[in-house]
Amino acid sequence: MGGYFKEIFDGAHSLVAGMGVTLKYLFQPVVTEQYPHVAPTMPDRFRGHIELVANPETGGTLCIVCGMCQKACPSGCITVAGEKVEGVKGKVLTKYELDFTKCSLCGICVESCNPGAITFSKDYNLAGLRKEAFIYDLKKRLEERKR
Amino acid sequence: MNPEIVRVLGYIVAIIAFVALNAAMLVWMERKVAGHIQRRIGPKEVGPFGLLQSFADGIKLMTKQLIVPEGADVPLFKVAPMLVMIPAVMCFVTIPFSEQLAARNINVGLLLIFAIASINVFALLLGGWASHNKYAVISAARAVSQNVAYEIPMLITAITVVMFTGTMNLNEIVMGQAGGFWHWNILPIAKNIGMVVLMPVSFLIFFICSMAETNRAPFDLGEAESELVAGFHTEYSGMGFGLFFLGEYANVFIGCSLAVILFLGGWQCPFGLFPGVHWFLLKVYFLIFVVMWARWTFPRTTFYGLLNLSWKILIPVSLFNLVLTGAFIKVF
Repeated sequence: MGGYFKEIFDGAHSLVAGMGVTLKYLFQPVVTEQYPHVAPTMPDRFRGHIELVANPETGGTLCIVCGMCQKACPSGCITVAGEKVEGVKGKVLTKYELDFTKCSLCGICVESCNPGAITFSKDYNLAGLRKEAFIYDLKKRLEERKR
Repeated sequence: MNPEIVRVLGYIVAIIAFVALNAAMLVWMERKVAGHIQRRIGPKEVGPFGLLQSFADGIKLMTKQLIVPEGADVPLFKVAPMLVMIPAVMCFVTIPFSEQLAARNINVGLLLIFAIASINVFALLLGGWASHNKYAVISAARAVSQNVAYEIPMLITAITVVMFTGTMNLNEIVMGQAGGFWHWNILPIAKNIGMVVLMPVSFLIFFICSMAETNRAPFDLGEAESELVAGFHTEYSGMGFGLFFLGEYANVFIGCSLAVILFLGGWQCPFGLFPGVHWFLLKVYFLIFVVMWARWTFPRTTFYGLLNLSWKILIPVSLFNLVLTGAFIKVF
């Protein structure tokens, strides 16, 4: 008989305690982000598709067209091309193409890049109607960003 | 035109409008409470604070086709949602919102509400049976056994109140609680000191039973989304589902308003000042908030737990309460 009442009181107590917890939550501020109205800031570790880093002095690229990223890429996503220009030391980048449909964001290209010319972007708003929309011309994107 | 007919028509229109509006607002309130308990915002896009969300949903429901599944019992299938709605609307006839604001002042109002409300179970059973769907039938069977189990303690506690007040007229029950919260039936310090211990227990039992009667969480085994799709209204689309929904919220309102009338002094002010319909609505919506709060706190009980609670705890305690109440009324 004592167990019967103990069960009732323990049960009732746990119910009241539970309601106390939810009441506390009811008055705490909301933690959700209102996505289309408020864009979240992505953390430093976030890996978007790769992006060319802008030279802080000239605004151009830091890429020296060594081709290390192209060789390092296990999926063959990256195509780099450059040419010799009169009066400029080394090669000048003419084309940097990323096929994002195959990229697995492993980051070996970023690690292999000696001058630090590529990095992960924070771009997460990616949508396209056809496959070609995900083949990025990173050189063009860099120039667009400069403007 | 006969003024009595005008009066009846006026009340019917007003009650149906109130039921629909009340359901729309309660859905919004439920979603807001659910949101904030889970630290979300809840509806916010349609109208200011998302207030028009339920109306948008309602319009969507009304534009949808009512699909009758193959093998269903068509007449029963179509009559079930109406049978949910009709008793819910009829119950409002006797509920006194304030001293003057009641469609009918019936001297057996309490009895009438219990009599009409029990049709609701029948409608759930019909809906589940007629759907020709195994989940709907299981859910209907559950809902019926649950309602039978919880009707008993609810009626017994109602009887204790009737013994205490000496009337079944809801208007008179509220009148008897005039003059401040110490006159209310939940804590009748001014009337009968012996009842101070018993009445809160009665209130608690009544409130729990009304939650179970309306198939609200944590007693929503009839709906049990995770096991039974959506329970008895699995096969209902469009406004068929909409009527089940309206009926549920109307029943929640009726359950809470009965608890307010029987125990919390109806339209009376806690301090004896300015009694009126605002106090009634305030108390009812507070109780409804508690119902929602409970829904978003507790997980669904098991079926055994549900029946054990009723047969092993609520019924013995309420019977004991009934006997003690009789004794206390005699002694004090």
